[in-house]
Amino acid sequence: MSFNGYSFGHTGSVSGEVVFNTAMTGYPESLTDPSYRGQILVLTYPLIGNYGVPDKVSEAGLPAFFESEQIHVSGLVISSYSEQYSHWNADRSLASWLAVHSIPAIEGIDTRALTQIIREHGAMTGKIVVDGEEVNWRDPNSENLVAEVSTKEVIRYGNGRLRILLVDLGVKYNIIRHFLKRDTTVIRVPWDYDFSNPEYDGLFLSNGPGDPKQCEATIRHLKRQLSQPIPVFGICLGNQLMALASGADTFKLRYGHRSHNQPVLQAGTNKALVTSQNHGFAIDSKTLGSKWQEWFINLNDGTNEGIRHRELPHFSVQFHPEASSGPTDTEYLFDEFLSEVSRFSGR
Amino acid sequence: MMKHQIRKVLVLGSGALKIGEAGEFDYSGSQALKALREEGIHTVLINPNIATVQTSEGVADTVYFLPVTPLFVGKIIEKERPDGILLAFGGQTALNCGVELYRQGTLARYGVRVLGTPVEAIIETEDRRLFADKLHAIGVDTPRSIAVTTAEEARAAAGELGFPIIVRAAFTLGGQGSGFCSNMDELERLAGNAFSYSGQILIEESLKGWKEIEYEVVRDKYDNCITVCNMENFDPLGIHTGESIVVAPSQTLSNAEYHKLRSISIQIVRSVGIVGECNVQFALDPDSEAYRVIEVNARLSRSSALASKATGYPLAHVAAKLALGYGLHELKNSVTRTTSALFEPALDYIVCKIPRWDLNKFTGVSKEIGSSMKSVGEVMSIGRNFEEAIQKGLRMTGLGLHGFVANEHLDFPDLDQSLSEPTDMRIYALAEAFSRGYSVERLHELTRIDAWFLQGLANISRMAAKLAGLTLGTISPEQMLAAKRLGFSDFQLARLLLGGESGSMHERLLKVRAWRSAHQIKPVIKQIDTLAAEYPAFTNYLYLTYNGDVSDIAPPDDKKSVVVLGSGAYRIGSSVEFDWSGVNALQTIRKLDYRPVMINYNPETVSTDYDMCDRLYFDELSFERVMDILEAEQPLGTILSTGGQIANNLAMRLYRSGVEILGTSPVNIDMAEDRHKFSSLLDRLGVDQPRWRELSSMSEIEAFASEVGYPLLIRPSYVLSGAAMNVVSNPEDLNHFLQVAAKVSKEHPVVVSEFIESAKEIEVDAVAANGGLVVYAISEHVEFAGVHSGDATIVFPAQKLYLETTRRIKRITRQIAGALEISGPFNIQFLAKDNHIKVIECNLRASRSFPFVSKVLKINFIDLATRVMLGEAVEVPHKNMFDIDYLGIKASQFSFSRLAKADPVLGVDMASTGEVACLGETFHDALLKAMFSVGYRMPERGVLISSGDVKSKVQLLEPARMLVAKGIPLFATRGTARFLEENGIQAGVLHWPDEAQTPNTLEYIRERRVDLVINIPKDLSKTELHNDYTIRRSAIDFNIPLITNAQLAAAFITAGCRLTTDELELKPWNEYGGW
Repeated sequence: MSFNGYSFGHTGSVSGEVVFNTAMTGYPESLTDPSYRGQILVLTYPLIGNYGVPDKVSEAGLPAFFESEQIHVSGLVISSYSEQYSHWNADRSLASWLAVHSIPAIEGIDTRALTQIIREHGAMTGKIVVDGEEVNWRDPNSENLVAEVSTKEVIRYGNGRLRILLVDLGVKYNIIRHFLKRDTTVIRVPWDYDFSNPEYDGLFLSNGPGDPKQCEATIRHLKRQLSQPIPVFGICLGNQLMALASGADTFKLRYGHRSHNQPVLQAGTNKALVTSQNHGFAIDSKTLGSKWQEWFINLNDGTNEGIRHRELPHFSVQFHPEASSGPTDTEYLFDEFLSEVSRFSGR
Repeated sequence: MMKHQIRKVLVLGSGALKIGEAGEFDYSGSQALKALREEGIHTVLINPNIATVQTSEGVADTVYFLPVTPLFVGKIIEKERPDGILLAFGGQTALNCGVELYRQGTLARYGVRVLGTPVEAIIETEDRRLFADKLHAIGVDTPRSIAVTTAEEARAAAGELGFPIIVRAAFTLGGQGSGFCSNMDELERLAGNAFSYSGQILIEESLKGWKEIEYEVVRDKYDNCITVCNMENFDPLGIHTGESIVVAPSQTLSNAEYHKLRSISIQIVRSVGIVGECNVQFALDPDSEAYRVIEVNARLSRSSALASKATGYPLAHVAAKLALGYGLHELKNSVTRTTSALFEPALDYIVCKIPRWDLNKFTGVSKEIGSSMKSVGEVMSIGRNFEEAIQKGLRMTGLGLHGFVANEHLDFPDLDQSLSEPTDMRIYALAEAFSRGYSVERLHELTRIDAWFLQGLANISRMAAKLAGLTLGTISPEQMLAAKRLGFSDFQLARLLLGGESGSMHERLLKVRAWRSAHQIKPVIKQIDTLAAEYPAFTNYLYLTYNGDVSDIAPPDDKKSVVVLGSGAYRIGSSVEFDWSGVNALQTIRKLDYRPVMINYNPETVSTDYDMCDRLYFDELSFERVMDILEAEQPLGTILSTGGQIANNLAMRLYRSGVEILGTSPVNIDMAEDRHKFSSLLDRLGVDQPRWRELSSMSEIEAFASEVGYPLLIRPSYVLSGAAMNVVSNPEDLNHFLQVAAKVSKEHPVVVSEFIESAKEIEVDAVAANGGLVVYAISEHVEFAGVHSGDATIVFPAQKLYLETTRRIKRITRQIAGALEISGPFNIQFLAKDNHIKVIECNLRASRSFPFVSKVLKINFIDLATRVMLGEAVEVPHKNMFDIDYLGIKASQFSFSRLAKADPVLGVDMASTGEVACLGETFHDALLKAMFSVGYRMPERGVLISSGDVKSKVQLLEPARMLVAKGIPLFATRGTARFLEENGIQAGVLHWPDEAQTPNTLEYIRERRVDLVINIPKDLSKTELHNDYTIRRSAIDFNIPLITNAQLAAAFITAGCRLTTDELELKPWNEYGGW
């Protein structure tokens, strides 16, 4: 099956796993989200590029408007590219930004038809081919993508009251920003870092790309840690690793959640929230051990959206409380985590 | 799951359609009533708008056609004793009424619970000052404003806020003494001026040029919140959102901006304590993330109706369920049927809302658009890029324009002014500017419209220039597709590619269509599914686009679908009544086991609701698009006759292209529409008509005038300015009209008809089958002929006709039905004078009064007509209009108060924006209720009369005597006072407005020493004396009821003097005539 359109961005062919997202805003954030590593992203919103790409100003050692230092998607597929852009903080066009980062993109595609195919057949490998230039098939799920996107060294941010050890599985910078806003010191460590030495007050497991079962080293370290009373919080891939480390299982969803409008219900309450999500794998809640309970549930398909330990301050969510892009309604979870950290550390 | 112990709920409607409060509330009320019904709740509806769907059988359990005022609603509460009341579904009218009932203690007295948002919260949002304070307390920004009483304070305030600023005089009408200042000098001048109006002035920061953004927020009692949609105004702040082109979702906001405003709107809704729906409007700085909250509407609104149609999310239905105590997470998304109602729709298209103005219908009105609303309707177009959506939308407004480009040349003598001081034509000034080579930067400077939108328009303009250099012989398929993807219609392409060719535009358009068809360039059908294809959905909500390769659906090919054409944008002369007709046609089609399919693009309608038909095409009603849809649908047939004139106008073209039109043959529709053909038909039938000619020179017209005499009705085919039709009473009027306002030439002939004075106007609404009459209704106007039937007060069944007249009318109706072999709905208008009957018009379609006569007679004319059109045998109903022992009176709603400077006088061109009808056992009872429903009150303080010609003066004598007998002071201008005195009635003499003497008419109006103004024009021409204009306009500006017709004034006063308000009947619809 093929769709024909017009090349923009980098002129070149590329292969990757084709996934879609139905968000209507936030392409600079999405393109720099490490969770998209190895993927060709289809945006269902048809008008892209309208507000250009912001400049690379830095705040506290992090670029202010992006989720990482680089574009992580392998390719971009859209319906209609807005060559002209208009925004006060725009620095350049989307096309020129993609070109600088050597990312191919294609426009003029019936992205709705393409999305329906992906929805029914599941995320699949695909290619953007420019002028017949051949490229090999690439299935990123067979690679350890986390190792690719994780930091190679330990980096410290801020100088706040509480020390958070952040296991970088492909962390979005907005998570770090959220911690820094809340009087913390963030110690960002590689995915396979051995965090058994308690040099911190709270442990955080980030989002990241690919199949959670590829992160064996992280799961191993985490298993040991989960018997400890140190607060642990995980987001997205971090949620799945929490489950795997606790002995539960994960599976690939029939319809992945890739949008800004996913409704979740806090189990046993009437509290429901709109969340930003980007994941293809989920926790099989039937396999949760007796010490764990479901914390959040997806209102659309009933899949798991978060778990928490019945006794210890260990909890994680499948959605993105840090948003960026997407709704910010669950930001309060950072406060909840940090109050656990504060209680535990006595600081 | 029952969430409540509520058995009976009162729902308040919004009354007549008016500028600022239109069909959107039929949509929201209907959905709310449906939602309540699903819960087994007995619903009571008060709404005098008889043409609405919500007041139809099977929507509410009990319907009262009564004024939505505290007095009447209070009495109904006392009578019905509902457990709860819904205030949020009937616009500002319902909200204000509910707040008043709460303040009076009526709700508490009868234990009526306000469901949904608490009244206290509503009151808080309605008080600007209180509300601003509350927002500041939660850290939300509102426009900064400082009240000052001296020039020195004004300077200090300006220093604090920084220029530019706005100066507003407090407590003045119509913005007197207000304006922008960009420096201290201008401030000195303006502040000085403003202080002459008021002791206090407000110095406000200017947000001119800021973006205007809206969010529609929903909250449940568990504090769960979602925003269903955000919208961005194409026109920057300064133009009312009802006057702006609006797109959804926002296009120029970054993720950070989008979600910052989203979370603030949720924060506001939580702090107010909304349960249901709320609209929050923001100003957003185009150069930073600074924002101001400019308005909050704690109810369903025009914007929420738009958001609902733009996203497919049934906002009003959900809001009603939340009012009953459900949580969002307990409700399903009725589009997907599987996913939750707690979610935020993801769009994979762009919608564009464009207002529809009818300013040409009014004399003297200012064309400038700004902070108050003047538009009478709106359209919503859907596309997969901005260019496609806006070109579709501009065509939908139905003003004879074909998109952004390739229109008839429009003259902009001062283009820069037309750009910087917006009027209803600004979008076309932009097109002209692009063709003259203006840059996007320059246009942004002049208009402050965001460059992104201007770039989209520039793309269209560039494509037009490219196409103008091509022909159908030289264009490539790629170029053709590129043009279609930018929203170019076949008409535009025909004009650009085949400009030099002979043949009519329609023939050229068909050539383009054939070319496209040969090259397989066709649109695809896409669904609106609320979640951008992420999950499967069962939606029937569709649009067509060229920006796609694959259609989402393939309609079943079994000849079981019936397509109904909708009525398009509400406009003066076509509004909710045609939505009612369309909806009823859909319902009957479904009852007969066919699949109803609707095409319509008006977001303020019920016919575009998600559950009204099997497939809804939210798309254009152009020949091209209707053909596209019919080619995909292959229906059993198509119904045109319930959609008003837009649909009717397509009849011949569709017919010639082989479309199966159900009902009366298009050939006969054409015979009724074509003046010449219809006239010869009447001659053949021996039916009389007013004498008329189509003439092309002044000398011919003068000769005709001397033959038939004045006054004359003139209908030019080319209008320079002002209204299209006019009555002239003498040669001077005639000359003036045809030189200043219209053109007469060989190319632009003028239709001139004799105008019969003091004639009764009578209407027949009927349904025929194969030329035989099935059912008919005869109504009469209260006003003499000369007042447009859409503005007239109409009585059904007619009460004051000679039997002879009735018999003749019926006979003529049968003759015409037979001659035109009518199968379906039709309407004939007659003039009657001394038993002489003339036919003035015949429409082979449903008319404005179909819902009125159907509901009064309790025989659904559209249901019968639809059965006839589908070939069902129908029985002639047992009862007829002579059997019913009550009557209905339809009164018109005018919106002159919104139309600054417009002369509020009635004439042959329609000016009303809506209507109501009330039932009663007597004429007086029904008339009073109808007049109260459109805002009239019985005078108490005094009545000012200036009564025009002698005939009018005579008609008002008896009513004047009755007022005196009731002790109500009369005031009159000199001539009228003298006439009254000669007839033994004392009236205080008031001087004309231009006389600097007291007591003066203006002074009495301003000081509200009169509470009814009767001003009857001397004749029907529009060149009225300035003094009379000033009296009428002041009455409107000071909100004093005004009547400009002697027959109506006499009837109203007589009724009001005979009956007191307490004596009026308060029966529900079903108790009239038994059911």
